[in-house]
Amino acid sequence: MSEFAVQLKNITKTFGSVVANNKVDLNVRKGEILALLGENGSGKTTLMNMLSGIYRPDKGQIFIDGTKVYIDSPEDAKKLGIGMIHQHFKLIEKFTAADNIWLGIEDEPFDLKDKFRHVDSLYPCENLDKAALRKQKMRRLSVKTKLCFSALNYKIVNYFRTAFLNGSRFDKVNKVAHDFGFDLDSRKKVCDMAVSEKQTLEIVKVLYYGANILVLDEPTAVLTVQEIEKLFSILRKMKEKGCAIIIITHKLNEVLEISDRVTVLRKGENVGTIVTKDADEQLLTELMVGEKVDLKIECEKTDFDETLLKVQNLTVQNSEGTNAIDDVSFELRSGEILGVAGISGCGQKELCESIAGLCPVKSGSIMYGNENIAGKHPLDIINMGISMSFIPEDRLGMGLAGSMNVADNMILKTYRNAKGFMPKSFLYPFVDRKNAKALANKVVEELEVSTPDVDKIPVRRLSGGNVQKVLLGREIEGNPRVIITAYPVRGLDINSSYCIYDILNREKRKGTGVLFVGEDLDVMLALCDRILVLCHGKVMGIVKHNQSTKEDLGLMMTGTGYDEIYKDEVKEEAVTNG
Amino acid sequence: MDIAEALGLFIFAIISYNIALLYGTVGEILNEKAGSLNLGVEGIMAVGGMGGYLIGCSTDSMFAALLGAFIVGGLCGLLFAFLTVTLQANQNVIGLTITTFGLAVYFFIGRGLGDKFPKLADSPSFQNAFKAVDMGALSDIPVIGKALFSQSPLVYLAIAIAIVAGVFLKRTKAGLRVRAVGENPGAADSAGINITAVKYTNIICGTGIMGLGGLYLSLYMGGSFEGSATWTNGLGWIAIALVIFANWKPIAAIFGTLIFGLFFTLDTSKLVLIDAMPFLSFLSKIPTELYSALPFIITAIVLIISSVRKHKNNNEPSAIGLNYFREER
Repeated sequence: MSEFAVQLKNITKTFGSVVANNKVDLNVRKGEILALLGENGSGKTTLMNMLSGIYRPDKGQIFIDGTKVYIDSPEDAKKLGIGMIHQHFKLIEKFTAADNIWLGIEDEPFDLKDKFRHVDSLYPCENLDKAALRKQKMRRLSVKTKLCFSALNYKIVNYFRTAFLNGSRFDKVNKVAHDFGFDLDSRKKVCDMAVSEKQTLEIVKVLYYGANILVLDEPTAVLTVQEIEKLFSILRKMKEKGCAIIIITHKLNEVLEISDRVTVLRKGENVGTIVTKDADEQLLTELMVGEKVDLKIECEKTDFDETLLKVQNLTVQNSEGTNAIDDVSFELRSGEILGVAGISGCGQKELCESIAGLCPVKSGSIMYGNENIAGKHPLDIINMGISMSFIPEDRLGMGLAGSMNVADNMILKTYRNAKGFMPKSFLYPFVDRKNAKALANKVVEELEVSTPDVDKIPVRRLSGGNVQKVLLGREIEGNPRVIITAYPVRGLDINSSYCIYDILNREKRKGTGVLFVGEDLDVMLALCDRILVLCHGKVMGIVKHNQSTKEDLGLMMTGTGYDEIYKDEVKEEAVTNG
Repeated sequence: MDIAEALGLFIFAIISYNIALLYGTVGEILNEKAGSLNLGVEGIMAVGGMGGYLIGCSTDSMFAALLGAFIVGGLCGLLFAFLTVTLQANQNVIGLTITTFGLAVYFFIGRGLGDKFPKLADSPSFQNAFKAVDMGALSDIPVIGKALFSQSPLVYLAIAIAIVAGVFLKRTKAGLRVRAVGENPGAADSAGINITAVKYTNIICGTGIMGLGGLYLSLYMGGSFEGSATWTNGLGWIAIALVIFANWKPIAAIFGTLIFGLFFTLDTSKLVLIDAMPFLSFLSKIPTELYSALPFIITAIVLIISSVRKHKNNNEPSAIGLNYFREER
């Protein structure tokens, strides 16, 4: 028995020439929550993947409960009681909750060796004369033979008992989940579950397999405030039971709230472990980034006063035929950042896609200058001279081609343009790689993208923050008048996030209108000039950033109207106006 | 000939020819459920059938023939599994390669043996084991009696295999694991399932069953080798379409086989049908070429419909055709 549940010593892992982890040490005690902090690409997930058997370390040792172990596969990790909850859930969408757990359940082994040892102790062979020894050995042999037969019998009976799936598995899973204090419907299919339910299932799954070392990779990225609270109370309960918990997160306030100690990784190296009590946001950020960072978001006033985009009575249907956007009207002015807040799935996606021309409009208009762009093809919208850059929330799915390099991803958007690339497809049918590479280098330089090479490394190998920078860089390179961006900092670390905010502010100063769909209300209140709140596709109100609070926005997001919250002020205004 | 007799003959013909399709389909379902899209069915059936037939003739034993066909088919599967699972090669390319390879081996052996190609009549007990069984009273039921209860034992074997495969996939824990591998290998891996073992087992068993289908065809054709056409004659390709039609359910594939088989058998059985039911005389006016094309046209239509129609209970394995590599990011 050791004080530490997990000890990593001198772990080194490289992918080709990239060093993901360099001589990392890490200790976790039993009954402790350790936060693992670091920027994107600092090797947190890689390190944890070595604990869960996805990767194997090149060098270094892993000790579980004081014993040196070799973790070659997730199966080994499972046997050692390590359960990892991955950022992208490892669940099978078509299966029920119970089946997702059931597929990893081992048959109870019939431990023959242990039984043999028991037989040996029952019939000792020491201090016996020759005849007695022989007799004793014969006795042993006969008992062991019997044991072998009963083992075979057990195997066969057990096979028929457990080989077939029956309805009792649902009740068993429900019971175990309930015993751990979770609320789980084991008959529900994963594809019908909300994100928080999926996460609960993942936790129940690893606990069901007997995990006492829990690794959670960015568990809060997709949860609402209430769900995060619930998760934390679960983690605290697990901690009391003596589990060792490692939690990877970007959100410093969460680190300070939940963890006992923090280990910070920077560029694959452990730069220090501190007791959370003694830490604050500033200190952690400095450790993470390696230099002083200004944690202030600016929102300066600009002098532009021109309406860029005028959306009137816009209604958009989703694929199921219901109104995802319902009679929405607003204006986007030049030189401002207009935030769009709302619980996820309240029509943000449809709003962005309808403006970008990707989603058909049922009724209403989107005026750009004097032209209605509603329902036009994306290419038409570009050809009309409207420079509008759409940065989708799904970076690699919709924004960039993951297996292509940075330079080729630049060509995707610019190959039609006259400047430098192909003026006319007929005249110049070949792709101009040279200019693309120059442009890629420019973006990499201006936005400080960290990549070894712009035309060798596929984009999906870059870390999230760098992918986002490449995408944003490509979009602003065409000098757009309007930028539409959805969750641009999702999954990004602090430094990358602030870098993105800076880029958006820079564009704003140039007179661009930015439509910013976000999730962090603190950030939105600091960054946006005005915030539009959506609830089930309807506009609950548009507030100015310096005249609202997080609580007000939260209320509006859940369906309370603007007028109700600002009743008094509206009255006052009416009085003063006469 | 009365209508009942004619219909009975028609149904008998549908089952007795097309049951080979069921072998191929069930084999392919086992492959695809573990996430391996094996396009080598045609070749595996041809070479498995050839192997099984030659072994059956030389040993004069049905059991040896079945075992031989399963092993020869399974060896093709082992090759496919080694290339796609261990070496991570593209499944489509390897599948097509196996088809080409299998057909080439089939012709190589058949033509190489020339006049020495064994005749079924020389192995009486092998031949007899294939003959239709008689179930007494059951076989005497009008219309369906002969069609359902007087078939070759291999027909019942195919149906048994389909039912066992269906129960295995749907109702057993091992089947749950197989489906997990086909749906999301990453999730299955993290749950501690040995992906490689599951894939190898399923591919080898599935291709072994395809081999049995080839053996069935060789016996149905009376073991006569023709230098120009294979025994399978495109059936392997239709099996792949039938998998989709049956929504990846082995038991549904039994009925799918009958529906597909109807179009295969219409040409050969049309005279019997017209004889009993004169109003069907239009059948003889349709050119023979159209009849031969019919199964493939139906296949194309089925594939179009099923790829357009995407209902919620679609059983298609999500990770089909994708190789799994744990450290892939």
